[in-house]
Amino acid sequence: MEIDDTNPRLRERIARPISAVGRMVITSIEQTGAIFILLGKILRSSFHLWRNRRLVLDQMLLIGVHSLPLVSIIAVFTGAVSAWQAAYQFEGLVPLDYLGAGTSTAIFIELGPVLTGIILAGRVGSSIAAELGTMKVTEQIDALESLAIDPVHYLALPRFFAATMMTPVLTIFADFVAVMGAFIVSNILIGQAAHVFFDSVQSSFELRSLLGGLTKALVFGATIAVVGCFVGFRTSGGAEGVGRATIQAFVLSAGLILIHDYILATIIF
Amino acid sequence: MNFLAVIEIRNLQKSFNGKPVLRGVDLDIQKGESQIIIGRSGCGKSVLLKHIIGLIKPEAGQIFIDGEEVTASATRDLYRMRRKFGMLFQGAALFDSMTVEENVALGVREHRMFDEAEINRRVVEKLELVGLPNTQHLKPAELSGGMKKRVGLARALMMDPEFVLYDEPTTGLDPITSDAINDLIIECNKQLGVTSIVVTHDMTSAYKVGNRFAMLHDGQVIFTGTTDEVRNTNHAVVRQFIEGRADGPLQIY
Repeated sequence: MEIDDTNPRLRERIARPISAVGRMVITSIEQTGAIFILLGKILRSSFHLWRNRRLVLDQMLLIGVHSLPLVSIIAVFTGAVSAWQAAYQFEGLVPLDYLGAGTSTAIFIELGPVLTGIILAGRVGSSIAAELGTMKVTEQIDALESLAIDPVHYLALPRFFAATMMTPVLTIFADFVAVMGAFIVSNILIGQAAHVFFDSVQSSFELRSLLGGLTKALVFGATIAVVGCFVGFRTSGGAEGVGRATIQAFVLSAGLILIHDYILATIIF
Repeated sequence: MNFLAVIEIRNLQKSFNGKPVLRGVDLDIQKGESQIIIGRSGCGKSVLLKHIIGLIKPEAGQIFIDGEEVTASATRDLYRMRRKFGMLFQGAALFDSMTVEENVALGVREHRMFDEAEINRRVVEKLELVGLPNTQHLKPAELSGGMKKRVGLARALMMDPEFVLYDEPTTGLDPITSDAINDLIIECNKQLGVTSIVVTHDMTSAYKVGNRFAMLHDGQVIFTGTTDEVRNTNHAVVRQFIEGRADGPLQIY
């Protein structure tokens, strides 16, 4: 069959999806570059940290302390369900004495950091984007610059530092709460003695798993803050734009957390 | 080059999403003047203002402040130059998480220009100047539109700027509040000897506060002159604009 390549409508039909893919690739490369440029600016402005210590502490309170209730609820149920599921899968294959080992290792390496990361992407990442986005569309960021204050030093740096510090801290907390959740299920519903569960946790404990998980958390925290700030600073288009930015910040940071999780897992473990 | 001009704008060009907004703006602003920039909504007046303090980078053209080129400055120099400016934004752009006092004092506090006692003294002084004494503890949400603009002006004046930029200072205010803002602008010019650039489409306000006029149309400055020159001009577009008529060379879109 011969294709009539002079037909403009046909050419258009073929060209359109190709150029759409091209545009998408260009946009994502450009955005990745812009995110790294922002990260570079934030890191280079680190010497302003001491000066802005009050802002950093405010953000640590907001990002860390205020996330505790949500992190606790999610962690306790994550621990509980992983113990219940593990017990179901162990049946007939693995003695239940290993329940503590199996659940705690999974929590330290994977569940604790990733779930804390995803929760914070929703709670912190989108709130950073919404706050900075609102400041952008109401010209408050322009106002800061007109006062010769760099928004990266004043807004992005404290949020970045606070999120990067607090995510591992929250992860340690989530790890503990999740293990307790698993213990409650194993003790009350499965009827395992406390010493059996905790002996198993202790015998399988490796510092490397815990530190590996916390390293992930550190990267996740940084990702959440940089993406939140990046999306916030780029917001345009009034209230609708702020809404879009909020969603975009969550989707982008949650996606990046899972990608980073995979990359870090292959490097660390 | 006009050596008297403290702000020189040369062939400034900028477009957004492929749509040209400024198509080669040329303008000189002299020291101590009150320069009005008029033009229709969306003609790029605010964009021009933001170029002057380097909030937006142009595609082509240059801006010189006291002979120093803003448009080619490194970030560090740009921030140093911005300290010469105060800007009043259209919606006042107060930081809504902060009190009036924190808003007004933010710039000097961040730059550690004075000690706390001096900062407090200045906050009181500037708030009195704008007619809002004893409002330090209020949050922006508790203020009316006119009060917000006054606080915005107090904030803009805190660092003793040489230039004050006003982005539509009277838009959205009732005529009485508008007139009070006009009086404030005149007061600042007289008391502090600043050079003002006022972007507006409110002709009552423009005639009252301005002594030099420029009209921006189709991304270019199509007219410059003094208050008398603008009042008596034969330029059809300018006439239609200052008289506020729907019929004439300017189309309604």
